[in-house]
Amino acid sequence: MPLELIEAQQEEDDRREYLWTLNFGPQHPATHTTLRLILTLDGETVVRAEPDIGFLHSGFEKLGEHLDYNQYVTIVDRMNYISPVANEIAWHHAVEKLLGVEITPRCKYIRTILAELMRIQDHLLNVGTCALDLGAFTAFLYAFYQREKIYDIVEWAAGQRFHASFTRVGGLLYDVDDAWIGRVREFVRDFPRAHGDIARLLDRNRIFIERTHRIGVLPRDLAIDLGCTGPVARASGVVRDLRKDEPYLAYADLRNAFQVVCSDEGDCYARYLVRMQEMLESLKIVQAAVENLPGGPVNIAVDSDVVLPDKVATYRTIEGLIQHFELIMTNRGFQAPVDEIYAAIESPNGELGYYIVSDGSQTAYRARTRPPSFVHFAVFPYLIVGHQLSDVVAVLGSLNIIAAELDR
Amino acid sequence: MSDVTGDLQNILSALAERFGQALRSISSFRDNTRLEVSRDRIYDVLQTLRREFGFDMLIDVTAVDYLYYPNARDRFAVIYCLLNVTTGQRLVVKTYLNEPDLVLPSVFSLWKSADWLEREVYDMFGIVFEGHPNLKRILMPQEFTAFPLRKDYPLRGFGERHNFPVITRAES
Amino acid sequence: MALGIPENVFLSRLDALANWVRKNSLWPMPFATACCGIELMATGASRHDIARFGAEVMRFSPRQCDLMIVAGRVVMKMLPVLQRIWLQMPEPKWCISMGACACSGGVFDTYAVVQGVDRFIPVDVYVPGCPPRPEQLTASVIALQERIERTGTLTGREFAQRITSDGPPVVQPLPDKAIVAPGDALTSTRLWQVDLPPLPGGVKTAFPELEEDQDS
Repeated sequence: MPLELIEAQQEEDDRREYLWTLNFGPQHPATHTTLRLILTLDGETVVRAEPDIGFLHSGFEKLGEHLDYNQYVTIVDRMNYISPVANEIAWHHAVEKLLGVEITPRCKYIRTILAELMRIQDHLLNVGTCALDLGAFTAFLYAFYQREKIYDIVEWAAGQRFHASFTRVGGLLYDVDDAWIGRVREFVRDFPRAHGDIARLLDRNRIFIERTHRIGVLPRDLAIDLGCTGPVARASGVVRDLRKDEPYLAYADLRNAFQVVCSDEGDCYARYLVRMQEMLESLKIVQAAVENLPGGPVNIAVDSDVVLPDKVATYRTIEGLIQHFELIMTNRGFQAPVDEIYAAIESPNGELGYYIVSDGSQTAYRARTRPPSFVHFAVFPYLIVGHQLSDVVAVLGSLNIIAAELDR
Repeated sequence: MSDVTGDLQNILSALAERFGQALRSISSFRDNTRLEVSRDRIYDVLQTLRREFGFDMLIDVTAVDYLYYPNARDRFAVIYCLLNVTTGQRLVVKTYLNEPDLVLPSVFSLWKSADWLEREVYDMFGIVFEGHPNLKRILMPQEFTAFPLRKDYPLRGFGERHNFPVITRAES
Repeated sequence: MALGIPENVFLSRLDALANWVRKNSLWPMPFATACCGIELMATGASRHDIARFGAEVMRFSPRQCDLMIVAGRVVMKMLPVLQRIWLQMPEPKWCISMGACACSGGVFDTYAVVQGVDRFIPVDVYVPGCPPRPEQLTASVIALQERIERTGTLTGREFAQRITSDGPPVVQPLPDKAIVAPGDALTSTRLWQVDLPPLPGGVKTAFPELEEDQDS
């Protein structure tokens, strides 16, 4: 692998014999999972970086062509596995747009709360592991403890703490109860203090600042040219957030509850600060949503022909039983329009979109994912050139590359 | 910049005027606006959209294999999702191509993000992007010979996943 | 005649002493590829502190480890890396296969995912779950400790008896259309030039060697 990838540049390098090649990964603590970089170094300065990916390519999109719109939610869960429910929301957002389904207000709010909790969870892990790679272990432990609290909230709602598989077409697996709302309120109350602890550890930490400030600067026009979205783009001054620009779920109602966090520095430190601040903004959304949680059903009506009825309706009413039968039997299923759709949400990492091609059957004909990590990792070679070898982990950590989403 | 910077409808009519027959169809579904362009003018259309109409972000490049699709006339489609960051307009540009001649011009010179996205399409579908600086497999191993997302490739593969030597306890 | 053994000195078999030492200082090599890796991190983090069982010293260099935790799915491109790292670990060594994907492929019954790492490397403990909770991983570490205590020997004789891999029989004859394997553990840094799939004719691409083939 290494030789083959650098062959193209070989001739130029022959003139500069002092360059040497370092294989970084795929099994390395700072690559978090399975990234591989082939670095060409001049002493300790990175001259060129060639990412080699695919070490976790597991055929998600092929599976999406064989599982129906509800089943595939268990697979998209495993895509960005540090914020699983955000993927589910993105997938069913696209499916519901394809089927032309408008979900109930209560469902919108619950999904919004979960999406924002996932954003906090994602940013916590990113900040924690970025600090861990740069030598600060305590911030990682603080961040992970808060993640455990979010796990508990998700487990209370869905029964699974990690891969909840909580959304369904037209609704959710279960409705939430008052105890869940109490737990969310408790989290909203306690989190700012924990956030402050992490911020106090890192924000003015001289080592952390010197290892991230002015490292890996991504200018605004390059960020747009390379297709960056989400916190990476916002840290470079691209003022774009789908929650404000193309409001979905309950974000149209909660428009005034939060602000879009931006920076124009574009370096690793700016990306860290944007993430830290976004957590607080997310918390405001969670608070506003949980206090204004509408009543009513969480699923749309059973006679809409797309929603799975709950167990009580399936066992005790004939309409529920028929509907269950219609959706579950392998020769029945969803009546999707024969058309194609692209729909995206603002996932914690950036714009997570799905391009669904439907041939009218119960499964998608093609379920393409637009993964933010894939696009962001392509940015890496532009950012690292000219920096030191030790900055590789800082830049990698600040981009938040999730291998399963990168390779799918 | 051209003076046509109004809403999407103006852009589409300007394009239709300039490219005529090359614009196969314009359709919309939910909030997506889609443009089908004939294969030989795709680069020109994308270049116009990039240079004159300000679609400065290439969100996604993907392909679809229409082998078993009902009433499909062409085998493959390549789809470009564009975004104008300033105005927030989105446009889906689509072009069709068929089996013996799976070549498209690369748009790497217009958007740098096309680099990896086109490599992925090549890896998964075998569609070649002419002029791409570094077109080779990105997700599958370099020795892999099939294109896994084509419809004639089975979900479980041909057994490649189990073609490895076994390490036993005594050897290790 | 009684031996004159002073107080606080105990006699034991050397095997038992070695087992006691080994079981309480397992150094894991976290081969974390996917979701299970996050739960592995959760196991190491504050709430589920794995240090209580002497297994908190995560070392990312295989030369320092004696317990490999395969956390997450292993795909075609990754398996040679996994085997190579397994071979680099010093004896005695054990392997925990964490999660449904590592044990059996899990939900990913696709062209790229290896259907269980036990087909290609020996596995001692399987942990079910997708992903397993941290408590389950802790339980598996305890199970492994018990196994080491029960069966371990100073010279590692118990490994020599297990000459085959523990998993299901692997090799079915491959159909004609199947491709070559992407290298093995020793050659996984592929140094040779590969033959790329045939491209449509008359194409100017980045592959000059292909164009030569078409001309000839």
